[in-house]
Amino acid sequence: MTIDPHQTIRDALATLARHNFGALVVVNQANKPIGIISERDIARLAAKNEDLFSIPVNEVMTKNVITGIRQDELKAVTNTMTEKRIRHLPIVDSQGTLIGIVTLGDVVKAERNIFEGEVDTLRTQILADEA
Amino acid sequence: MSQPGSETNPLRVAIIGAGPTGFYTADHLFKQKDVVVEVDMFDRLPTPFGLVRLGVAPDHQKIKSVTKAFNRTAGRPKFRFYGYVELGKDIMLEDLRRHYHQIIYTTGAQSDRKMGIPGEDLPGSHPATEFVAWYNGHPDYRDYRFDLSQESVAVVGIGNVAMDVARILSSAPEELAKTDIADYALEALSQSAIKEIYILGRRGPAQAKFTNPEIKELGELADADISVLPEEAKLDSLSKAALEAGQDRAMMKNVEILQEYASREPAGKRRKLTMRFLVSPVELIGNEEDGVTAMRLVRNELYATEAGTLRPRATDQFEEISVGLVFRSVGYRGKPLPGVPFNDSWGVILNQTGRVLNPDTQQPVVGEYTAGWIKRGPSGVIGTNKPDALETVTCMLKDLAKGLTLTPADPAVEAVEKLVQERQPNFFSYADWLKLDEIEVARGKELGRPRLKFTCVEDMLAALGR
Repeated sequence: MTIDPHQTIRDALATLARHNFGALVVVNQANKPIGIISERDIARLAAKNEDLFSIPVNEVMTKNVITGIRQDELKAVTNTMTEKRIRHLPIVDSQGTLIGIVTLGDVVKAERNIFEGEVDTLRTQILADEA
Repeated sequence: MSQPGSETNPLRVAIIGAGPTGFYTADHLFKQKDVVVEVDMFDRLPTPFGLVRLGVAPDHQKIKSVTKAFNRTAGRPKFRFYGYVELGKDIMLEDLRRHYHQIIYTTGAQSDRKMGIPGEDLPGSHPATEFVAWYNGHPDYRDYRFDLSQESVAVVGIGNVAMDVARILSSAPEELAKTDIADYALEALSQSAIKEIYILGRRGPAQAKFTNPEIKELGELADADISVLPEEAKLDSLSKAALEAGQDRAMMKNVEILQEYASREPAGKRRKLTMRFLVSPVELIGNEEDGVTAMRLVRNELYATEAGTLRPRATDQFEEISVGLVFRSVGYRGKPLPGVPFNDSWGVILNQTGRVLNPDTQQPVVGEYTAGWIKRGPSGVIGTNKPDALETVTCMLKDLAKGLTLTPADPAVEAVEKLVQERQPNFFSYADWLKLDEIEVARGKELGRPRLKFTCVEDMLAALGR
């Protein structure tokens, strides 16, 4: 899920396709995020530049990457992703080193599970009242 | 040999842990139309239902009604329960590999996180979970003692468990007498000298996770006046903004209720229940002989992380409250199981969407799975474990379809029965549990209580005439 800033769009596309990812975190040698490059970034670039394959990732990536920490809460992350229209949140430790990534899909899944769980729990209790 | 899952060669699954997730897992497996599954469920305790029996507060009986659904699952002809059979003690991982195609660990989050402050281990300072297990009649905790002759107690944390503990400590004996609280706990709590109960939250009212009914309950106790400091009930600008952005109605209602508590005049009840916000314990003061005598608190302020979470940050303002008993409830984590890869920093079994991973290769360990709190950490309500178990069961079925299962040397039902008989002759079957259940309910009925629990294994065996 990571790529070196000097690798090319060709490398990025290959990695995205191989792992079925929607974005790659661009990290420096200390494994700290310095940017993010998504399929959307590449699609936009392709629309104006057909010779995109050998362009280095750091010329295309989004540089002001928003990162999360382990203690971040689902609700806050959902709001931030919705408001800032981001689909990938790299997670870093206290040193700023990348430890994972949360995707919009992960958030939707977690929200769905919470919702389903609450509905199921409430339904069980209501049915118990009727019995 | 043909792929397991047929009438003649059923898929044999061992579920470790008979809590809600174990039952949800069994239920999902039994619902498969094209796969014949036999489920054997093991638990280290004689009784099933995990935290529904031993964690959910005794005055929250309605939540426990979920066991009716579990009973339906257990009534399936291909379900077996082996209670009082512990993995790593009575039965080993090698045994399971010998008898099952798939093993799934659903053991929950059994240990608590520490506060990491000086004085934490003084007498009188306890994990809230131990108190919960004690008042719920957990056989391993029935002999624990908590000094209820103290007048002042602090509960650290404002999650479900902290709220339960504070409410049980504040309740009148008549209120508790209507519940299925352990009889020894009912007696001890009836003698309790506690007058002042603090609940300490490190963040503000708008970050509290409790539900509206939970916070309302605290305002309706017969024996305790609730109080909130007006300056702590007031929202800071970050919380206000987050509340407006999130439009979370339950959260807004919580704040409204807490602000009403802040403006309440005490009615002169026997006890006082004080909810504090934006404070963290930094030290428990006392000595080995007298135990805890006071707690030093630091006031916090909130800041927003990049992703928008409001987190507490200590200021330079301190205060001291005098308390003789402390219960901490600042988070939970799973306990490692013998031979099962564990992610120590997260307190969960190392896994990906429920497939246990080999720590060296990060590849799935064939035939081993996990679900529930030991898979994802303690979050959500009981029902949240249902979709979580489904995710794991989906992986189990996909792997089965690819032929990725264990190849047990002896998958016969009888072989397991014989093994368990040898290793733990006192094991409890589901029929045994149903009989115990009936006796408990009958004993409770005489006293006007939902049930009178058996709290030690000898009594359970005796009740079954063994």
